[in-house]
Amino acid sequence: MTSDFLLALAQAITKGLLTGMVYGLMALGLSVIFGVMRVVNFAHGEMMVVGMYLAWMGFDYLNLSPVLSLPLIAALFFAAGYVLQRGLISPFIGRPEHQQFLLLLAVAILLVNGCLAIAGPDSRGVQMESQFDSYELGPLVFDAVRLHAALIAVAIAVLLWLFFTRTRTGKSIRAAADNHMGALVVGLDVRRLYAFTFGVGAACVGAAGALMITIIPVTPFLAAEYTLLAFVIVIVGGLGSMTGALLGGLLIGVSEAVAGLLVQPSLKSMVSFGLLILVLLLRPQGLFGKSNP
Amino acid sequence: MTGLVRRLVGAAAPRTVWSLGVLLVLLLAAPAVLGKYWLSVLILVLYFAYVGQAWNILMGFAGQLSLGHALYAGLGGYIAAGLFFHYGIGPWAGLFAAVASAALAGAIVGYLGFRFSLAGVYFALLTIAFSEFTRIAFDHWPWAGGSGGLFLKVEAGTDIANLRGGAVLFYYVILALAVGAFLLCRALLESRLGRYWLAIREDAEAAQAVGVPVLRCKMIAIVISAGLTALAGVWNAFYYNNLFPETAFAMGRSIEITLAPIIGGLGTLFGPIVGAVVLTGLGEAFTDLGDALGIPGIKQIFYGFALLVIVMYRPAGVWPWLAAKLGFSERQS
Repeated sequence: MTSDFLLALAQAITKGLLTGMVYGLMALGLSVIFGVMRVVNFAHGEMMVVGMYLAWMGFDYLNLSPVLSLPLIAALFFAAGYVLQRGLISPFIGRPEHQQFLLLLAVAILLVNGCLAIAGPDSRGVQMESQFDSYELGPLVFDAVRLHAALIAVAIAVLLWLFFTRTRTGKSIRAAADNHMGALVVGLDVRRLYAFTFGVGAACVGAAGALMITIIPVTPFLAAEYTLLAFVIVIVGGLGSMTGALLGGLLIGVSEAVAGLLVQPSLKSMVSFGLLILVLLLRPQGLFGKSNP
Repeated sequence: MTGLVRRLVGAAAPRTVWSLGVLLVLLLAAPAVLGKYWLSVLILVLYFAYVGQAWNILMGFAGQLSLGHALYAGLGGYIAAGLFFHYGIGPWAGLFAAVASAALAGAIVGYLGFRFSLAGVYFALLTIAFSEFTRIAFDHWPWAGGSGGLFLKVEAGTDIANLRGGAVLFYYVILALAVGAFLLCRALLESRLGRYWLAIREDAEAAQAVGVPVLRCKMIAIVISAGLTALAGVWNAFYYNNLFPETAFAMGRSIEITLAPIIGGLGTLFGPIVGAVVLTGLGEAFTDLGDALGIPGIKQIFYGFALLVIVMYRPAGVWPWLAAKLGFSERQS
C-alpha cells in the first residue's frame, strides 16, 4: 500500500519534472524579456499557443515531426519577435505599466483569435508513434515524448546560457539590462539589442510550444492559462532570473503533478496560485532571485 | 436645495453643467424611446461606465494597478444571489453583505500587498492570484453551486423589492449607480483624500515624506473600489440570473473592467464613461460584422486592432483628447 503510494508519488514527480522543463523554457522567454527591457509580455501564453499551432500544422500538412519543425518555428518566432519589438513595443518601453499591458493585451487578442479563425475551436494534437514509447528505470516509467521534450528544453536552455555568457551580443544585452545609460554611453545600439532580446524570448516560447504539442493537444483557450502559468513560474523563480525561471518551471510542474495525485486534479492550479501569493508576500524577488527585485 | 446643487456643481463651468443636465434628461427618457436592442446596448455602456469608475478610484486616482477586480464583482454577485437563492433574502438587504465581504476581500488583498510594498506589476499579479484562487475555490463550493453554476428563477412581472423584472428596471438601477458613482468620484477627487491619492500616484515616497498617510489612503481606495465593484456584481447577477465561477471570477472579466477607464482616460471622471461608449459601440459593431462574415474569432480580431490603434495613437485615452477638441476642460488630475 505505502510502497504503491510512494511509487505513484515518484512517478508523478518524474512526470512533473519532465513537463516542468518545458514550462521552464516557456517562462524563460518571459523572464528574459522582462529582465532586459522591463516589459511584462501579457501575450506570452498566446505566443506559446501560436507555436503549438505551427508545430501542429507542420505535422498535419507537411508530415514534419515537431522536433524537426522546432528550429524553423524558433527562427520564425525570433524574426517575428524582432519585428514586433521594433514596430510596436519599442515606443512603450519605460511607459506606465497599464499602457504596456493594454498594448500586449491587444497583441494577445489578435494572436489567439487569429488561431481561432484559422484552426477553429477544436483541440488539435499530433499523433506520433513515439507517444506510446516509454523508458524504464527500475520501477519508474518515463514517457518517451516527455523525456525527449525535457532533454531538448535543457539543451536550448544551455544554448541560451552560452549565448548570454560567451557571445558579444549576449554580453551586450546583459550590459544593457544592468545599466541602460551605461550601455548607451559606451556606444551599444540598445534599440537593436532590445529587439534582439524580444526575438530571443519569442524564440524560447515558440520552441516550448513545439515541444508542448507533443505532450498535450492545443486549443485557443489554453492561451490565457499559459500566460498565467508563465507569470506564476517567473515570479516564483524570480522575475528576470534565468535559472529562476527554469527551477520555477520544475517546481510548478512537480507541484501540479503531485497536487493532481493527492487532491483533485481540478485543484492543482490552486496550489500554484497559493504558492504565487506566498512568494509575492514573503520573497517578492522569487525563490531563486537576487535580493533586490 | 440650491446649496446642495451648488455643492454638487462646484467649480464646474456652466456649459459643462448644462451639457450633463441635458444628457441626464435624455438618459432618463431613453427607455420610452429606444427599442429592446438599443436599450440593452445602453445598459452595457452604463454597466462598464459604472464598474470602470469603481476601478478608476484605485488605479486612476491612487495609482495601484489591479487586474483582479473580478474578485469583488464575483463575490458581490455570488453573496447576494446565494442569500436570495438559499434563504429568500432580497438583494436590497443582501447587497450589504455583498459589499461588506467584497470590501473585506479588498482590505485583505490591499493590506497584504501594500504592507509588503508591492507595486506595479507585482501588485497586479497579486490581485490576479487572489482572483484565480477564489475562482477555483468557488468551483468546489457546493453552497455556491460549484462549477455547475448558480441560477436565479426568472419570474414574469416586476418585483422591485426583490429586483426581479425586465430590462427597464435594470436600466434605471444601473443608471442610478453610474450617476451616483460619478458624483461620488467627483466629490472624492475634490476632497483632501483625493489630493492625497493623486500625490501617492505621482510619487508615493515623496507623499510619505510630506506626511501623507500612504498606507491608510491606499487601503481606503481599495476598500471603496472593491465595495462599489461588488454592487456591479450584484446588479449583474440579478440581471443575467446566472453565475459561473469560470466567468464571474475570470481573468477576462477583470480585464474587461479595466478597459473602459484606460481607453477613456485614466484618472479622469469622464474617461470611464467615454471609454464605455467607445468600447461597447465597437463591440456591437464588430459583432454585426463578425456575424456577417461568419468567421470564428473575427469579431475579437477587429476589437484587438481597435485597441491597438487606440493605445498607439491615444495612449493617454480618448477623453483628454476629445475634451480638448470639444472645448471642455477637465482639470488635469
